Amino acid sequence: MDLLNNLAIGFGIALSPYTLMLAVFGCFIGTIIGALPGLGPSNGVAILIPLTFSMGLDATSALVLMTAVYYGAMYGGRISSILLNIPGDEPALMTTLDGYPMAKAGRAGDALVISGVASFTGAFLSTVGLMLLAPLLARVAFKFGPAEYFALYLLAFATLGGIASNNQAKAAIASCIGLGIAMIGVDNNSGLPRLTFGNMHLFDGIDFLVAIVGLFAIAEVFFFIESHGKNTSIGVKLDKVRVPWADIWDTRWTQLRASVIGFIAGVLPGAGASLGSFLAYMSEKSVAGEEGKFGTGVAKGVAAPEAGNNAAAGGALVPMLTLGVPGSGTTAVLLALLMTLNITPGPTLFTERPEVVWGLIASLLIANFVLLLMNVPMVRIFVKILSVPPWVLLPGVTMVSFVGIYSLSGSYFDLLLMVAFGVLGWVLRKLDVPTVPIILGILLGGHMEDSLRRAMVLSDGDWTYLFSSGIAITLWAVAVAGFVAPMFLRNIMKKPQRITD
Amino acid sequence: MTNLTFKALVTGAMLGLGATAAQAAECIAPANPGGGWDFTCRQIGKIMHDIGAVDKPVQVTNMAGAGGGLAFTHVVSERGEDADLIVAASSATSTRLAQNAYAGMTADQVRFVGAIGADPGVIVVGKDSPYQSLNDLVDAIRAEPGKLAFAGGSATGGFDHLKPLMILQRAGINDVRAIKYIGVDGGADAITQTVGGFTAAMSGDMSEIVGFLKSGDVRALAVLTEERVPGFDDIPTAKEQGIDVVAVNWRGLYIPKDVSDETFNMWAERLQKVADSDEWAEAMAANGLAPFTKVGGDFQSYVDDVVAEIRTLSKEIGVIQ
Repeated sequence: MDLLNNLAIGFGIALSPYTLMLAVFGCFIGTIIGALPGLGPSNGVAILIPLTFSMGLDATSALVLMTAVYYGAMYGGRISSILLNIPGDEPALMTTLDGYPMAKAGRAGDALVISGVASFTGAFLSTVGLMLLAPLLARVAFKFGPAEYFALYLLAFATLGGIASNNQAKAAIASCIGLGIAMIGVDNNSGLPRLTFGNMHLFDGIDFLVAIVGLFAIAEVFFFIESHGKNTSIGVKLDKVRVPWADIWDTRWTQLRASVIGFIAGVLPGAGASLGSFLAYMSEKSVAGEEGKFGTGVAKGVAAPEAGNNAAAGGALVPMLTLGVPGSGTTAVLLALLMTLNITPGPTLFTERPEVVWGLIASLLIANFVLLLMNVPMVRIFVKILSVPPWVLLPGVTMVSFVGIYSLSGSYFDLLLMVAFGVLGWVLRKLDVPTVPIILGILLGGHMEDSLRRAMVLSDGDWTYLFSSGIAITLWAVAVAGFVAPMFLRNIMKKPQRITD
Repeated sequence: MTNLTFKALVTGAMLGLGATAAQAAECIAPANPGGGWDFTCRQIGKIMHDIGAVDKPVQVTNMAGAGGGLAFTHVVSERGEDADLIVAASSATSTRLAQNAYAGMTADQVRFVGAIGADPGVIVVGKDSPYQSLNDLVDAIRAEPGKLAFAGGSATGGFDHLKPLMILQRAGINDVRAIKYIGVDGGADAITQTVGGFTAAMSGDMSEIVGFLKSGDVRALAVLTEERVPGFDDIPTAKEQGIDVVAVNWRGLYIPKDVSDETFNMWAERLQKVADSDEWAEAMAANGLAPFTKVGGDFQSYVDDVVAEIRTLSKEIGVIQ
């Protein structure tokens, strides 16, 4: 009964009024950060780190506050995805696909409640998973070599055809643009700069947050200017919020499956919440088949990515706490906080600093209930922050985008780059080229290339190395199936699904 | 209008957090939060304030880019006379300067104040590895050149890559292709690859392997220091195994070039105070750092020597022309 004893220690710390107050405060700030377009969990947590120092918090309190912000931001990200069609953060990208059509159909309240409940399911299950399986799951990382990672990334790309299913050629072009952008920067294997034109700002490549904010938020502003405020996607009304019990019950298996997938994606180092929500959405889409009408505004399409990305957020804490390997961008920032607080994450953390680990886990469980309350009955408060008229909101979006991106790197160059991405996003949307594959290309392209090159170094250029393990072969098989299956399905399909981006 | 006011407040609060206390000293960490440079800035900055060496908390700015090159250029071209500015540096800084990776910038364009603490270089293998000593590993490479692979946290040609190359060179193997090297995202990742059996050994820093040593996942074959590291007394040095390689990743600071000598000495004194403090001793012990104090004029000449040595080595092994 070690687990119960440990949890008792944890709740003893987490239930002190001060810690509880920090958790509630963190949840509130986090949800706002998540809801504001452009400000995601990683820059949100990064911005707030100085706060923990100025408040003089001890290690446990600081960690509780920051992880509450992290979970809160993961919840909040869906609000602007659903209401504005702008992902509040990058993992919430997939939520726009069904959330926004649902909101346009007048079911914004339903979408918010369903996704809130799905977020709770994902986050709750993954926290339980973190608690039970952390020591075990940490070992999974040892099974993943370059070949396995390459197959995993390939799987993500192969299923892209399924997302942008109304025109595969345009989706392929978009993926290539994304992969091309991912090539910019110093090549990890030779140390030589590529496509940087001697500009130092490009040596580290292009931050995907810059691309995301540019392609989504800034492009939206350009559309707004072009249409003089008409014909913009901004401004979906939220009339009343009821609890759609039937939809929640209908999506129960979706939520459970998506949570498991998201959790596993989160545990893998470097994959993180984006891959979690992506894989959760894609697998649910294929489970539902054509009758599922994914992409047209269905409850399952909202529940899957939200359960997936919140589960991944918890999963990403597993490698961070047990191995010191951040599972996502945000956990990398949290890792920085831990090290500043003189806590060395690693396999011994659970035995040497149980009060930190179990206090954190107990706080996460509490934060989850707080977030469920904030995000379902009280969701109107956060919606109000977003439901200001477009002529106020869009300058606000622009301002927050600029502040958010500037806070990432403190570089004006990134701001120019963001505007350039805005123009690109505007042009591409005029041409009806989807922007989602571009983002995925930027996000995964670099890792995918690195994995391939490492595999080739290890095997002296022998291609069969890529199929040398059971895990790799399984991933390849699923990738091929995921790529080929939609082609056959398209012939059976009566009407191509619209992609909303 | 309340909504608008509220939003303005939130944004205002965020802006405010980013720019507090213009008078306070600033420490630029030339990388994202989480790395060694960030640790240097935050720990040294915090201890300086805690022990009263500075009046106000040191403001940490993360300026990631070009492996530290962006911050270096920024300091040289825009902050040349800023007396309140310190910048985190390490062996990676001198390695990149030596390999001309900062677009023509050179080590004499800033002033190196000092290093307080160093992360000893290590060579580790998985717990089930057949290699029991550094010489076992070197002999295996000699027997079958090009077969074994190392993983490390730095890119090809970086410090983690140079360590095994230096070892092989001292052991009389001059072919750079005798080992394969893959650069992954950080030391922990490199260990994961090694424990998983994808690479034969991992080249990294002591701080990166502490947790894995305690959990028993890895064995350290050698530490690349003059003497054995306190607290890790059972790890033999490469030197005592007959391979004379010393490679430590020092943690220190540089400041802009055009500040007065008084300012240089002031920062050197402050850094010395941190080095002498109990807080720093604790921080070093918790993070696998070994004592390595070189402050002031000594340090500048140390950096110059290191830069020259790495430049020669990099040319020999073909990393640069």
